[in-house]
Amino acid sequence: MKEEMKKAYFIAKKDMSTYYLKPPLISWGLMLPIVFVFAFYFRNPIGIKEIVPGLIGMSLLFSSTSMAAIVITFEKRIGALERLLLAPLNIRTILFGKTLGSTLFGLIITFCITIFLIPIMGLSVNHPFSFVLIIILSGFAFSLLGILISVGVKEVFEAMTMSNFFRFPMIFLCGVFFPISSMPFPLPIISYLLPLTYTVDGLKHCLLEDKGSIPLILNLLILLGFVILIYALSFYIFRKRIRQEF
Amino acid sequence: MVDAIRVSDLTKFYGPNCAVDHVSFDVKGGEIFGFLGPNGAGKTTTIRMMVGLTQPSSGTAWIDGRDILKEPVEVKKKIGLVPETSNLYGELTSLGNLIYQAELYGVPRKERKIRSVQLLEEFGLKEHQEKPFQKLSRGLKRRLTIAAALIHHPKILFLDEPTTGLDVMSARGLRKLILDSKKKGLTIFLTTHYIPEAESLCDRIAIIVKGQIRVVDTPENIKAQVKETEILEIGLDHIPEDLKGLLVSLDGVEKILIEENRIRFHTRRLDQVTSPIIKSLKEHGARIQSINTLSPSLEDAFVRITGLDSVSMKIDKPIKGGPES
Repeated sequence: MKEEMKKAYFIAKKDMSTYYLKPPLISWGLMLPIVFVFAFYFRNPIGIKEIVPGLIGMSLLFSSTSMAAIVITFEKRIGALERLLLAPLNIRTILFGKTLGSTLFGLIITFCITIFLIPIMGLSVNHPFSFVLIIILSGFAFSLLGILISVGVKEVFEAMTMSNFFRFPMIFLCGVFFPISSMPFPLPIISYLLPLTYTVDGLKHCLLEDKGSIPLILNLLILLGFVILIYALSFYIFRKRIRQEF
Repeated sequence: MVDAIRVSDLTKFYGPNCAVDHVSFDVKGGEIFGFLGPNGAGKTTTIRMMVGLTQPSSGTAWIDGRDILKEPVEVKKKIGLVPETSNLYGELTSLGNLIYQAELYGVPRKERKIRSVQLLEEFGLKEHQEKPFQKLSRGLKRRLTIAAALIHHPKILFLDEPTTGLDVMSARGLRKLILDSKKKGLTIFLTTHYIPEAESLCDRIAIIVKGQIRVVDTPENIKAQVKETEILEIGLDHIPEDLKGLLVSLDGVEKILIEENRIRFHTRRLDQVTSPIIKSLKEHGARIQSINTLSPSLEDAFVRITGLDSVSMKIDKPIKGGPES
């Protein structure tokens, strides 16, 4: 187990150094949430605080899913994924390593956005431990979602398209900009099936003096459930696709 | 003693098409075993099943006594594979690639860099150690890919078409590296469609055609299968167009191969056919420039055993894109 964790870390470290920590990727990861902040600030400077949890959740969603989906599709395309399959590694180690790299990238981007937004908006973190836990669990859930997307596609552009197919509806359905309570039926049902809903709600507890509508502990437990569920699903489909494609 | 490799009834279907058809053979420890066949014969599919990259439809392979289907991770610790396409990480340097492979194969931390540098020196890559893989020439990429496969001191090295796409000097250098690796006690399994390469490198050869093994033996024994045949090679100034049909009808000539301006006649009655052949050639206006008698080569044996034209063995696969190009 220790050996597997070490190897997963090496996979993540390699992905970080060759893909994630390149200036264009970092700047792209930061660009999107910053543009949203300014857009909303100029439209409604007073209400901007309300959407900070949503913006942080969105940054995490975009940075984590994109990279996992692109990196695996790219490595599959150039034949480099084969090197991992050839090494003495279990599929779960490969999957965890890839998820870890992408999650760390998401966490770095989110950390940069958070330390920029919180002081500027005059916010404080109420439940620091839960805040960190929400970010980590959500980062894993979104990265795994990216892995799930990468398994089903062959080209990098397909991975991008598929990622957006999932991500953009999530922005509107998960309480990033509009409260779920104000959505017409049956949209709230869909909202509660998506992990970003619990990220945003949990962050509202932590940053907006418990303004979340779901108990904080429930948000954390559901996010953990999503991580386990998407990991199991990714593992099953990843293994199946590898057997088909290789 | 346990065979280094034992393959039993390995079979692979892609839909209704059988790519590998009940292939069985053994490879002894310390030998170079060649898998010889034309492109599309099933060589790569077989090697991929043996190293656990492709799931067989039936059958299995034991590598150093372990079943690849039951203990894939343990088997992968003992083997190194050099795929047909050099597929290391383009963005990583030569040294970075080797260290990453060492990490994945569980080489102890203290040894990773020492072993990587040692391999770079051994493979003549020391001066390129800081160059990204994608900036290396095709020959150097190939060398580095072999070095990466040896990082964890494997017992068995698999090489899939090791010299395809390389220039003459790089291919020669690589063959020397393969022979040097054998001297160090490594068991080597290689696939190739170059008959001279198989003959010069391999202790034993399996000839595979259309997914089936036709023969497994030493190059000498394979050649001995056609030793009763003699070959008359005649060099001409040009090959008259209507010549081939007439020559086929000559009594005692079993096979005729034309290559550029040389014609090879396979016969068991050299003394009886030589004069009629020369006479026939002269009648068709061809000027004879050289006459030789040859012993059958592995190529001749291959042609006899498989019924294939040896020219089909000289066709390279199109080189894939990706990091190689």
